[in-house]
Amino acid sequence: MAIIELNDFSFQYTTGKQPALQHVSFSVEEGEFIAVIGPNGSGKSTLCYTISGFIPHFFKGETSGLVKVDGVETLSSNLAEMVLHAGLVFQNPFNQISGSKFTVYEEIAFGLENLGVPGSEMAGRIDDVMALTGIRELADRSPYALSGGQQQRVALASILVMQPRVIVLDEPTSQLDPIGTREVFQVVRSMTSKGITIIMAEHKVEHIAAFADRVIVLDEGKILRQGTVRETLTDPLLPECGVGVSRFTTVAQLAQKEALWPAGRALPVTLEEAADGFRETLRGSHAH
Amino acid sequence: MRIEINDLHYTYATGVEALRGVSFSVEPGERLAIVGQNGAGKTTLVKHLNGLLKPTQGSVMVGDWDTRQTATYRLAQRVGYVFQNPDEQLFCSSVGEEVAFGPRNLGFPAEKVEQLAQEAMALTEIAAYAESNSYDLSPSMRKLVALASVLAMDTPVVVLDEPTTGQDAVNIGRMAHIVNRLYEQGKTVITITHDIDFCAENLARLIAMGQGKMILDAPMHEAVAQEALLESTYVTPPQLTRLGKRLELSKSICTANEFLSALRGKQ
Repeated sequence: MAIIELNDFSFQYTTGKQPALQHVSFSVEEGEFIAVIGPNGSGKSTLCYTISGFIPHFFKGETSGLVKVDGVETLSSNLAEMVLHAGLVFQNPFNQISGSKFTVYEEIAFGLENLGVPGSEMAGRIDDVMALTGIRELADRSPYALSGGQQQRVALASILVMQPRVIVLDEPTSQLDPIGTREVFQVVRSMTSKGITIIMAEHKVEHIAAFADRVIVLDEGKILRQGTVRETLTDPLLPECGVGVSRFTTVAQLAQKEALWPAGRALPVTLEEAADGFRETLRGSHAH
Repeated sequence: MRIEINDLHYTYATGVEALRGVSFSVEPGERLAIVGQNGAGKTTLVKHLNGLLKPTQGSVMVGDWDTRQTATYRLAQRVGYVFQNPDEQLFCSSVGEEVAFGPRNLGFPAEKVEQLAQEAMALTEIAAYAESNSYDLSPSMRKLVALASVLAMDTPVVVLDEPTTGQDAVNIGRMAHIVNRLYEQGKTVITITHDIDFCAENLARLIAMGQGKMILDAPMHEAVAQEALLESTYVTPPQLTRLGKRLELSKSICTANEFLSALRGKQ
């Protein structure tokens, strides 16, 4: 059963000159990991806000169509109800930190306090999530005295701890080092085995290829493509509209032009696929 | 403008020892990448170049100026620093004013200020937004405004802190173009980044930091081959380097062209 359903949804910010999302329709099954890609300004953040209910209940504007998340029609719901179903990890962790807490530990407890979770249960949940996101040693630090990458982990932890059915992440690894990025993808992927559904706006194609189930490509507020990782990430339309593709795809495309990529073979997204294809090229040339 | 860093230590007021003895020099016109895990001391290091931070121990020379004895506002003539988060940098009411503020503040005559501001806005392709308020623009556009406002100061050294973060392919291409342009102008470009693929394609030397120390300093082609050292500071080698190594073509491939010519050579 679909846990997220958008049907002909359009949205224009009160201050916007044109719609930020136009006639967007898709559905997501429980436990899926969906990556949302697209150039800057294509509507990725707006889509994140929509699924988490920040649109229309925090960011105001004109809506049409239907948005249903975990059984709730978000447009007629409210944020207090929505946080029980969907959590949003903001693009800039600075915007997420409450500002009312002195330590990372308290910051992560903040959401649970608001949900009225009993104190006896809180400690265990906070410990688990701090271990999972690798921030145990930051527990007593001020959320503001951390590096950008550390703040992003705290922001992620503060959403995970609330255990929403749907987790929406807006470029959650933008300030993380490569290993940190991989860890966040791994943590997020592991959530899906508990039936949690993931929507993640990201630019990092190599990691999307390794971890996501499906990809939605946005351009100028519309869905340009949606499909499996392979179908979408090797689509020649992507570079044309300014979406990054992995270097493995780019180099295979260049190789194709001089017949250095096996004819008829799908373009690669990952290192393994690229290596397999080019090995065939090398073998083929030696067979002659 | 030569930069010389000698046994640099820095300890924050909180007691965090962010730099623990860093020494290297940068010749004029070099293109240097600084990489390393979160919290390795990268930003702390470059904040010493324009005097935002002063050494706890050791020294930083920018040309013939010792940063310990030079006021920060004077260092701004020599080192332009583009913040990672543009919102820590922008404050004027319009993009045009923002970009003109730096050169005006450095005391350039009005005509020169105008010329530098126009050139910087043209290079970053934001001239169409000169009348807009920076905070009405998207975060990725604000990053370009922050960059333009530093380029307009025409400093011999330009430091970019995470220029590709949150940018799409078009803007990353724009960043690459700007780095090459600064190189052609003979300026020193120092870039902090986690985007190792961007480094490999656009910069010529790599320093890797780990836990407040320098663990690697080498020309880019040698540096990308140092997989174990890079991994020790949470950096994975560039995608094409890994592919070249996997296929046993070469350990030091940095660009698509290098990969393709290595592939042709094996045929």
